[in-house]
Amino acid sequence: MAKLSKSASKKAPKKKRSNKKKNNASPEELLHYYQQMLLIRRFEEKAGQLYGMGLIGGFCHLYIGQEAVVVGMQATAGENDSVITSYRCHAHMLACDMDPKGVMAELTGRQDGLSKGKGGSMHMFSLEKRFFGGHGIVGAQIPLGTGLAFANLYRKDGGLCHAYCGDGAINQGQIYEAFNMASLWKLPVIYVIENNKYGMGTSVERASAVTELYKRGDSFGIPGEQVDGMDVLAVKTAAEKAAAWCRTGKGPFILEMKTYRYRGHSMSDPAKYRDKEEVSKVRKESDPIDNLRDRILSTKVATEAQLKDTDKDLKMIVTAAAEFAQQSQEPDPAELYTDILLEA
Amino acid sequence: MAIQILMPALSPTMTEGKLAKWVKDEGDAVESGDVIAEIETDKATMEFEAVDDGVLGKILVAEGTDGVAVNTPIAIVLEDGEDISAADSIAVAPGAEPAPETTPELTAKAAPVTQLSASNPDSPQPMEYKGATTALTIREALRDAMAEEMRRDETVFLMGEEVAEYQGAYKVSQGLLEEFGAERVIDTPITEHGFAGIGVGAAFGGLRPIVEFMTFNFAMQAIDHIINSAAKTLYMSGGQMGAPIVFRGTNGAASRVAAQHSQCYGAWYAQIPGLKVIAPWSGADAKGLLKAAIRDPNPVIFLENEILYGQSFDVPDDVDFVIPIGKARIERPGSDVTITAFSLMVGIALQAAEQLATEGINAEVINLRTLRPLDTGAIVDSVEKTNRIVTVEEGWPTCGIGAEIGAMLMAQAFDYLDAPVARVAGKDVPMPYAANLEALALPKAEDIVEAAKAVCYG
Ligand SMILES: Cc1ncc(C[n+]2csc(CCOP(=O)(O)OP(=O)(O)O)c2C)c(N)n1
Ligand SMILES: [Mg+2]
Repeated sequence: MAKLSKSASKKAPKKKRSNKKKNNASPEELLHYYQQMLLIRRFEEKAGQLYGMGLIGGFCHLYIGQEAVVVGMQATAGENDSVITSYRCHAHMLACDMDPKGVMAELTGRQDGLSKGKGGSMHMFSLEKRFFGGHGIVGAQIPLGTGLAFANLYRKDGGLCHAYCGDGAINQGQIYEAFNMASLWKLPVIYVIENNKYGMGTSVERASAVTELYKRGDSFGIPGEQVDGMDVLAVKTAAEKAAAWCRTGKGPFILEMKTYRYRGHSMSDPAKYRDKEEVSKVRKESDPIDNLRDRILSTKVATEAQLKDTDKDLKMIVTAAAEFAQQSQEPDPAELYTDILLEA
Repeated sequence: MAIQILMPALSPTMTEGKLAKWVKDEGDAVESGDVIAEIETDKATMEFEAVDDGVLGKILVAEGTDGVAVNTPIAIVLEDGEDISAADSIAVAPGAEPAPETTPELTAKAAPVTQLSASNPDSPQPMEYKGATTALTIREALRDAMAEEMRRDETVFLMGEEVAEYQGAYKVSQGLLEEFGAERVIDTPITEHGFAGIGVGAAFGGLRPIVEFMTFNFAMQAIDHIINSAAKTLYMSGGQMGAPIVFRGTNGAASRVAAQHSQCYGAWYAQIPGLKVIAPWSGADAKGLLKAAIRDPNPVIFLENEILYGQSFDVPDDVDFVIPIGKARIERPGSDVTITAFSLMVGIALQAAEQLATEGINAEVINLRTLRPLDTGAIVDSVEKTNRIVTVEEGWPTCGIGAEIGAMLMAQAFDYLDAPVARVAGKDVPMPYAANLEALALPKAEDIVEAAKAVCYG
């Protein structure tokens, strides 16, 4: 086994940003990714707005800036694949095709929310879409996702798990216990590290002794690759490679997505640990949506007017979701005592 | 159409804030994402971004205004081409109806620290402090306790997530990095099991660590070291070595943070021999008990409460003001029924007592302060006087603090009880997110009033 993983990591692509890879998407696909990323952005903007109005409570972690990661990953998702992530989860649900209305109604804590209003912003699930949460405890989803992959292998259903975590989470000890078993047992799991440079107010450099996070599988023989997480096509290319690796029985694969979050850690983070220039520079130079938009326009896949219409349509979808989420009733008080145990 | 901009809620516990500064002026163009104002919340100064494109038509709340309630209209944004008269035409903008009230009513004020005088010679209470006090928030009182003990003893250091450069996720460690430097105020990665173990090891090695958990929910990652390494070592080593360490952080429900972030661990830790467990309510509690915890040669669990952090109390100035661990405090003397509570619930119990007083029931409210060792003497003394008791806790009822008090009274005060022990506790469910369900899940003053009436009129 040790031999196998050695040759595995040899064959595995090493640190190389893959944004130079040739465009591997059809015009329809490009428009689809654009539409998905913009939906996420508009949705999150609206969520921020509803939070400010007191309609969303507790914590609320927005994904603005990171849209290319989940959209690029989902571009390769197969039938029995599953997704699991942290509390920063709204985008993953939208990318898993979950209804924006159900997501927004969960954010407002109403009965039509995906968890009937009982889970909230950080804890949402859809068995139908094979989305296994939204987890509030940093790092917990990595062993859980490894277990989902264990189930894929056990049933031999050809599926794999996309298990996401942050650059802060990657230091949690339980992750390395999971890595070891995933590699030992050749579990089909892609660990997606969303390196947005900060875990709350702590930069990667202040939290990690070795900051090349794609190397974190080295001791376990898990190959890793660093990816430009602001480029949806680079993400897709990397995801295809990792998925092929997992689906051919070679075990887990790590993708470190270099990305960035524009907003604070949660709605209540004043983000004093970075200066505004840092944020505006990324926004201006590397915005994943602007990047794709430029590509679409320069390759004449769509016109400016068409893209404007797309935006208009998405704004309507999001506004409708927000209205739905405000009109939906609060859960029935009897719901307090349901869903605690199943009848044996 | 002109759009009204409302005072945003920028933290889970914010109900009002200060409009610190307008970054944009009337007439300025604004784009979605532009910072238009700076707003001071209960925790920090936040930038407030526009979500719509347009022109800032009119500022409705001047900068520098304090106490602006969430959802108050603060400005009007005009769409391209609109003029300011459009602003006058909007009477009530969509969405201007008040947000559902999510923060529990928490107006309880501390009884003055000196309320109970020594004129009650039978009281089991420690001597009451009579010196100078300053009004401080709980977060300031906790910070001062740590700072004073760090000045007093250089083996004391603070370690945890975001405690140094960020000044604490809840701003409890504000200023400590500046005063004590990075050797003594240490930011850790998000690795609770690891740094709790390192803390215990450092305590074995002769230091006095204060380990902050951002919240006690995350201490579940570290509970093995808290129990197996910190609590049991003195015993296992035949008394040779122990761990003088404080594990502190916020405990229990905050506001709308749902099941994984809203749990009371009082009963969990109170079960463990080898630990001391403290759950302060007032500012004096916070400061006097945290100082005692840091000076204590044993592992101490110190359970704070996020909702209390911003509340103000009179706090003793004396650097040697220390409250003995293991002593409860009667916050309100009474004769008809005893109410025990800890942490946030003490304030709720006092509210209930006020309401009961208007209905002719004179309740005695005991602030337990320490959950292990529990001040059973104070509870028994009170029950001997009132013959009735209601226990209050935010955590779950099963095997809870109230269950323990009930069992203890069976053994020690059975003949004095005129009614069964009544328990008011959090509902026996994971904490729901929805505002209405969360309110149902948490104990309220009315629940305590009802329980007190039931034991009085049975
Ligand atoms: C075990 C645990 N410790 C601490 C926290 C508090 N917390 C929530 S998110 C977070 C930062 C995580 O950063 P990262 O993994 O980089 O993810 P990002 O938020 O950047 O997506 C912290 C410290 C938690 N939820 N769980
Ligand atoms: Mg991060």
